[in-house]
Amino acid sequence: MESTSREVPVAVENLSKAFGAQKVLNGVSLQVAGGETVAVLGRSGTGKSVLLKLLIGLQAPDSGSVHIHGKDIATLDSRQLNELRRRIGFLFQQAALYDSLTVEENVAFPLHRYSSEPASRQKEKVQELLRSVGMGEQGHKMPSQISGGMQKRVGLARALVLDPDILLFDEPTAGLDPITAGEIDDLIVELREKRKLTAIVVTHDIHGAKTFADRLVLLREGKIVAEGSFADLQKNRDRFVQQFVGSTV
Amino acid sequence: MEIAASNAGTVGRMLAGFFDWFGQIGMFCGRLVRAAVQPPYEWRELLRQCDAIGSLSLPLVALAGAATGVVLSMETRDSLSRFGAKTMLPAVIVFSVLKESGPIITGLVVSGRVGAGIGAELGSMKVTEQVDAMEASGVDPFRFLVATRVLACILMLPLLTLAADFFGVLMGWVANNLQEPISIRYFFQSGFKNVDFSDFLPSTLKTAVYGLIIGTVACFEGMRTQGGTEGVGRSTTRSVVLASLFVILADVLLVRLILAFF
Repeated sequence: MESTSREVPVAVENLSKAFGAQKVLNGVSLQVAGGETVAVLGRSGTGKSVLLKLLIGLQAPDSGSVHIHGKDIATLDSRQLNELRRRIGFLFQQAALYDSLTVEENVAFPLHRYSSEPASRQKEKVQELLRSVGMGEQGHKMPSQISGGMQKRVGLARALVLDPDILLFDEPTAGLDPITAGEIDDLIVELREKRKLTAIVVTHDIHGAKTFADRLVLLREGKIVAEGSFADLQKNRDRFVQQFVGSTV
Repeated sequence: MEIAASNAGTVGRMLAGFFDWFGQIGMFCGRLVRAAVQPPYEWRELLRQCDAIGSLSLPLVALAGAATGVVLSMETRDSLSRFGAKTMLPAVIVFSVLKESGPIITGLVVSGRVGAGIGAELGSMKVTEQVDAMEASGVDPFRFLVATRVLACILMLPLLTLAADFFGVLMGWVANNLQEPISIRYFFQSGFKNVDFSDFLPSTLKTAVYGLIIGTVACFEGMRTQGGTEGVGRSTTRSVVLASLFVILADVLLVRLILAFF
């Protein structure tokens, strides 16, 4: 297992997690190759967001293992785990911007702590990132003064600020209108093309997933029931998979 | 029989909840101590919190101290007059304010204002995943959010107590002066004549313990918030109620210790 983990940035083996009597993940195994974008799909409450939180150590699994860049995160101390987390960008479902900081300060928050670059270069980098997500003119605003779609863009800029090599997206288009959702999907595609990042995108939106993902993984009742390209899933005879794939085509 | 069994079950659950709370806050304190002593230190956030907790609480603490001084002056004047000990009034006001009224009023006012503020702020951050976002970016929320707030409370409480003491004594003189003119110089000379550091320092420094209690309880309740905005409301209420209660209980213990050692 260790040797396999070294070859892939993200390797999950037999992961299970329950909250009380409710088992949200039940023996999930998943490997994501370098530069690959994987979309994790499934109905609400099937443990998709929990899977992302387990990957970054925000929650601990009941059983199973998570290897990031070959390191079993359960064996890391808090300092080592924080170092590893700096190589992972996380876009939260509601963006999770810090209320008390401006847009610019939100993006700069991790940079101020961990970058050895001069302050002027850091400021430039924040501006560049905000421009790249179409928020160049909004840096002085507070999160409460911008829309949900804009908050997601800022969240994305913040996730990218430490130049991570793995990106985790939790429902990046949830609650957005179709046009804004399309713009966010385009940003994910652009990131994939330009930065060659390894990405895991948790989403309900199979239409979006079809545009940006190399591989789709379908979860049902805490288990992976189908995996492959969109075309593979279309060929799958399982009724649940057919319902899911057919829902937005 | 069934009612008795049901009551026993309720008492058992309450006891389990009580011990669970203390167990959890014990582990929280352990993590807090590690975060506070290990570098890197969040100096800028500590200063920001000192400002938010100290300078923004100052008007409220000064007002509460002043009101206490006025009430003490009016009530004590009446009582002392009956025993023909009116000349003792400045000393009684100064001793009352310095040794007990100033510290406890400061503790309770800060429990309300700062306890509610911290509980609500951290609770909101928790339910909107801002705490998770901080942790996900490799920043320890215990170091950045909790340690800075608890330390700021510890540092600011004694300073705020000095302000409450000052305004309490000053307004004690003003209230006294309105009823029977007396020079401020005589009032202060008479009031502070028998005061030494053992009267003043322990009772002022004990408020650092209040700060520790207020900061820890409010951060603990805020950081374990669950259940959306309703959960934030619950955390805020629990922060204020528990911080105030523990400040009063700590006062009993600290007064006993101060009397024993000073």
